[in-house]
Amino acid sequence: MTPVIAVSNLSKTYATGFQALKRINLEIRRGEIFALLGPNGAGKTTLISIVCGIVNPSEGEVLVDGRDIAAHYRTVRSMIGLVPQELTTDAFESVWATTSFSRGLFGRPPNAAHIEKILRALSLWEKKDDRVMTLSGGMKRRLLIAKALSHEPQILFLDEPTAGVDVELRKDMWNIVRALRDSGVTIILTTHYIEEAEEMADRVGVIAKGELLLVEGKEALMRKLGRKQLTLQLRERLAEVPAALAKYRLELNAEGSAVVYTYDTQAERTGITALLDDMGAAGIGFIDLHTDQSSLEDIFVDLVRTTR
Amino acid sequence: MNLYAVRAIYHFEMARAWRTLMQSIVSPVLSTSLYFVVFGAAIGTRITEIDGVGYGAFIVPGLIMLSLLTQSISNASFGIYFPRFTGTIYELLSAPVSPPEIVLGYVGAAATKSVILGLIILATAGLFVPLRIEHPVWMLAFLVLTAFTFSLLGFIIGIWADGFEKLQVIPLLVITPLTFLGGTFYSVNMLPPFWQAISMFNPVVYLVSGFRWSFYEIADVDVALSVAATLGFLLLCLASVWWIFRTGYRLKA
Ligand SMILES: Nc1ncnc2c1ncn2[C@@H]1O[C@H](COP(=O)(O)OP(=O)(O)O)[C@@H](O)[C@H]1O
Ligand SMILES: [Mg+2]
Repeated sequence: MTPVIAVSNLSKTYATGFQALKRINLEIRRGEIFALLGPNGAGKTTLISIVCGIVNPSEGEVLVDGRDIAAHYRTVRSMIGLVPQELTTDAFESVWATTSFSRGLFGRPPNAAHIEKILRALSLWEKKDDRVMTLSGGMKRRLLIAKALSHEPQILFLDEPTAGVDVELRKDMWNIVRALRDSGVTIILTTHYIEEAEEMADRVGVIAKGELLLVEGKEALMRKLGRKQLTLQLRERLAEVPAALAKYRLELNAEGSAVVYTYDTQAERTGITALLDDMGAAGIGFIDLHTDQSSLEDIFVDLVRTTR
Repeated sequence: MNLYAVRAIYHFEMARAWRTLMQSIVSPVLSTSLYFVVFGAAIGTRITEIDGVGYGAFIVPGLIMLSLLTQSISNASFGIYFPRFTGTIYELLSAPVSPPEIVLGYVGAAATKSVILGLIILATAGLFVPLRIEHPVWMLAFLVLTAFTFSLLGFIIGIWADGFEKLQVIPLLVITPLTFLGGTFYSVNMLPPFWQAISMFNPVVYLVSGFRWSFYEIADVDVALSVAATLGFLLLCLASVWWIFRTGYRLKA
C-alpha cells in the first residue's frame, strides 16, 4: 500500500540562513496516528507547514497520496486539514460563519448538515451564533479543529493540539482524535509531551534540531530503546557496593537498603543472572525485587543527548 | 476553478463591510456633503462655472474618484493585511486555491464596495446639484476599472505592509495629494502653463479627466489617453500581483 504521505530528502533553510530541517525522510501510513515528537524549535511546525503548503521547501519532495504537493496542490490540499499551533482565529465572525467559510475555501459545496455534525461533535453547537472572540481558549482550539474538518479531509495535522490545555481538555482532545482515527482519518500530531505520544500514537518519529532521529512503532520504540531498571531490596544494609560488583555499576540508595541495576533490554544478555550469582558469592542477600520500564521521556533524553 | 473558495472569500469580505456599515457608508456620505457645503457653496460663489458646467456639478466626478481611490486601497489593503496580522492567513495558504482565485475574492469584494460607494456618493451629489451623465456606460466602465485597479494596488500594499501605519502611508501621502492636485476641484487648463506641464505627470489627472468626460464631455486630456492610462495601471498592478504570488513574497517563508 502506498504511504499516504511520503517525504524524501526534505530540507528547509529559512531566509535568515537558519536550517530548520535536514534531509528528512518519512512515510506516513494510511489511517494511523503518527506523533512527531521533539522539543521546541526541533522543526515540527516547519515540516507540517511544508506539507500543507504554507512554507516553501528548500530541497526535497513531498508526495501526498502519491501526488507531488506542488504540482497537484489542488487535489492534495483538499485532502488535508490543518489545526495550527497558535490559536489563530477570526474575531468578529460567528462560529457557524467561520466554519462554513473554511468549507467553501477548500472547495466544497455548502453542507449545513455536515457543519452541524462537526459542531455538535466538538461541543460547539450551542455557540454556533456566538462571535469567535467570545469563546474560551479550549473552545477556540475545538473551533480550529472544526474548521479543519469542515471539508471532510482524509488527513489531519494537529500541531501541538494540547499545548497549554488543561488535563480535562487534554483527555477530551485525545478522545476526539481517536474517534477521528476510527472514522478512517490519518492523523499526524506534533507534541513535545512524551506522555501524549505514548498515549495516542501508533508510531512515533523523534525529531530534534531539524533531524529525524528515528521512526518506530510505539511499542517497538519502547522495546528497542527501553532501558529497564532492576531494584533489589537488600536483606542487610550496605555502606558501599563491594569492589567485586563494581562492573555492574550498581547504584546504592541513600539508606544503603537497596541497589539499582540498569540494563538494556536490547542487549544479548542482560547480565541479571551473573549479577545475582556474584551477589550470592559476595554474601549479599535480597528480600524483594522489581523492575521499571523507562518511559519515552528517558528514551528521548537519551536520543537527544547522543545526537549532540 | 475553485468557485466555492472565491465565493467564500467574497462573502467573508462583504460581511465585514456590513458589520462596519456606519464606517463604510455613512462617513463617505457625510464627507461628500461637507465637500459640497465647503467647496460648492463657498468657492462656487466665486467660480460659477468651468467649461460651461456649474462648479458644484463640475467637482462631482473628481469627488467620486477621490473616494474611489482611497477607499479601494484601504479596503483591499486591510482585507489581506488583517489575516496576515492575526495569523489566519495560514488557512488561505493551505487551501486549494490559486492566486487568481484569491485575488478575485479579495479584490473583487473591495472593488464591489468601492463601486457601491461611488454610486452612493453620486446619489448624494444629486441631492445638491443637477447632474448630467452623457456616457453612462463609459462612466460605469471607468468606475469599475478604477475600483478594481486601485483595489489591486491596495491588495499589494496589504501584502507589502508590516504594520497598520503602513496601510495608511500610500493613501495619505501619495493618493490624496495626487488627487487634490489632479484636477478634482479645478480644470488643469486653469493652471499656469508650467503647472499644467507638471500635472501631466500626475496619473490621477488622466483618471479624473476621463471620468469627468463621461459626465460632461469636457476633459483635460484626450479620453483615449485616459482609457490607456487606466488600462496601463491595471496591467501594472496585475503584473505585480503575479510576481508576488510567483515568488511567495511576504506570504510564504
Ligand atoms: N520564518 C522563520 N524564519 C526563520 N527561522 C524560523 C522561521 N520559522 C521557524 N524558524 C526557526 O526554525 C526552527 C524550527 O521551528 P519550528 O518548526 O517552529 O519548531 P517546532 O515546531 O518544532 O517548535 C526554530 O529554531 C525557529 O526559530
Ligand atoms: Mg511548533
